[in-house]
Amino acid sequence: MAERLIEVEDLKVQFATEDGLVRAVDGVSFELGRGEVLGIVGESGSGKSVTAMTLLGLTRDRNTRFEGAVRYKGRSVLEMDEGELEQVRGNEMSMIFQDPMTSLNPVYTIGAQICEAIQIHERADKGVARRRAIELLGQVGIPNPDQRVDNYPHEFSGGMRQRAMIAMALACNPDVLIADEPTTALDVTIQAQIIELIDRLKDEFNSAVILITHDLGVVADVADEIVVMYAGRVVERAKTRQLFYDPQHPYTWGLLGSIPRLDRPRQERLHSIKGTPPSLIRMPDGCKFRPRCPHAFNKCMDEPDLVNRVEEPNHLDRCWLAPDEKRKLRLPTLAGEDEAAA
Amino acid sequence: MSEGDGGGPLVEVRNVKKYFPIRKGILGREVAAVHAVDDVTFAVDEGETLGLVGESGCGKSTLGRTIVRLLEPTEGTVSFEGRDISRLGPRAMRPLRREMQMIFQDPYASLNPRKRVGSIIGMPLKIHGVEKSQRKARVQELLATVGLSPEHYNRFPHEFSGGQRQRIGVARALALSPKLIVADEPVSALDVSIQSQMLNLLDDLQRELKLTYIFIAHDLGVVRHVSDRIAVMYLGKLVELSPAEDLYERPIMPYTEALLSAVPIPDPDLSHARERIVLEGDVPSPINPPSGCRFHPRCRYMTEICKEVEPPLVDYGRSHYAACHHPLNVDRETLERAKVSSRHTPAAADESAKPRDSSGRSDPVPGR
Repeated sequence: MAERLIEVEDLKVQFATEDGLVRAVDGVSFELGRGEVLGIVGESGSGKSVTAMTLLGLTRDRNTRFEGAVRYKGRSVLEMDEGELEQVRGNEMSMIFQDPMTSLNPVYTIGAQICEAIQIHERADKGVARRRAIELLGQVGIPNPDQRVDNYPHEFSGGMRQRAMIAMALACNPDVLIADEPTTALDVTIQAQIIELIDRLKDEFNSAVILITHDLGVVADVADEIVVMYAGRVVERAKTRQLFYDPQHPYTWGLLGSIPRLDRPRQERLHSIKGTPPSLIRMPDGCKFRPRCPHAFNKCMDEPDLVNRVEEPNHLDRCWLAPDEKRKLRLPTLAGEDEAAA
Repeated sequence: MSEGDGGGPLVEVRNVKKYFPIRKGILGREVAAVHAVDDVTFAVDEGETLGLVGESGCGKSTLGRTIVRLLEPTEGTVSFEGRDISRLGPRAMRPLRREMQMIFQDPYASLNPRKRVGSIIGMPLKIHGVEKSQRKARVQELLATVGLSPEHYNRFPHEFSGGQRQRIGVARALALSPKLIVADEPVSALDVSIQSQMLNLLDDLQRELKLTYIFIAHDLGVVRHVSDRIAVMYLGKLVELSPAEDLYERPIMPYTEALLSAVPIPDPDLSHARERIVLEGDVPSPINPPSGCRFHPRCRYMTEICKEVEPPLVDYGRSHYAACHHPLNVDRETLERAKVSSRHTPAAADESAKPRDSSGRSDPVPGR
């Protein structure tokens, strides 16, 4: 395996609120090696963003409780002090946020914002930083970077702003790039460009990427491994091909089934996962997906562990159903048939 | 095109242009204009769903808003049930507003956070003079129609998830039993799993209430699912108009080809094997749109003629129209039979510039 950069072990993140304890992340584990792309997939509120932000120490607060371990190159991120964290953030691990409209400062030029990132971490004078910023903008595919560097964010289109964000994230050659829904606010055409760009830059910068999304279609092409999260837990984890061609958890089937597919004949009705995700304060007993699962049975009142149930060694899932049963049960869902209509 | 209610289209858009002036100086002199919609013609039949597709800045939302008369067209006409509504004043428009409603993209920004759900959905009823006593019953009925509980009447928008909020937006649009609903990116802010619930709901409502939809989106995957016909727009121009399935089987305009190839396919092998046509750069500025075919700077089939001559909309049979000098997926025979559509072709285009050759086969969607 490639050099291991990140290890997350049974991570729990809980927020104390007036209404009760929010279990945003509830026992998540994964590893990430250099040159790898990990996809984290789930609906809003599944804990995927909180997991990512915790990797950078961005969820720290007096009302936040952590359990488990997050290690970056063997060092515990949860125990770092602010000074150490600042060294890591932006320099060794950096993040691209969902909304490029709100994550750039509107009153500074694009160039100034990239230079700031460079100058915080490196002893570079203004001229050097500026040259580096222009070079980075060129690398992420901004035309005429030497002029564009002096533009303000409002002079950039949505896709260009996201490219500028990526340039900023790459400013210090980070080892790990975390992209939190980097394409959700963008057109499909721009989405394709951005995903391709991230994939290419990963090789150029020899870094590792965590790609967070709610759409399995987005990661199909680029991820090496995929973690599917539901209600703060990992419900399935597998190599990408394995996850798409032999998905084990009914929630994964549901996610796959609800994508309108151009590669198949058009359907009368789309498959949809009924209901909504549970409240993270009052979670259901047993399997967290049970209230929405069409295949739940009495055993599901106990929560299954995340273990390997199929022949493939690194394919883990959190479901009581036997693999043979699943192969039969999942067919209509994966074909995108609507359960309510059946 | 027939006038009156004798089976004509519900909505007819004829040579509609919408320019936004850019003013400078103390006198507010008009120095330029944003050509948001530039000479677009099409019609939508009753009970039909027309998908309106294109990237940000192509004018699809402006056109949608012009159709429901939130904007007034700079030139051209919009007819509703055979009646020209493009120059009607606010008073004359009011009774028509009952017939046409809009669903907006952002379920967070389009609901007033300080109002209760009951008053949000009841607002159109109040404006149109429905008695208070009847309003509550109607709102609760609407809540049930869109799959929410009538008990949600007294809650605030923040108590709902994104998908539920979008349902509230739908209920509000339905309040006055409109005939036409213009849905502007109604699912693009939602999770994939919630998107499909929403699309199914819109589908059910259409069948039950005999609605006509104009469905605006940038994702051809979603649009295919709901549309009977699809109109593709690029920089203010209508570039392709086709029955839904035909557009996916034989995209004629290279822009449509590129849009199709950008839709992700949740199948690693297929996704890896297919050719991605990545469009370079962004949509050019609609202030100074490119000459000739507006798509030419980003088109991989571009030749000299594309820079100079704006292509006419050509009828390739089966109600499939496209504007391109080098069409895809048409054989010699079809090309010879094809006729320039004088109805759809913008005045600025050259009606004699019928394409002479095809750029060959293209199937941007593999595995079917």
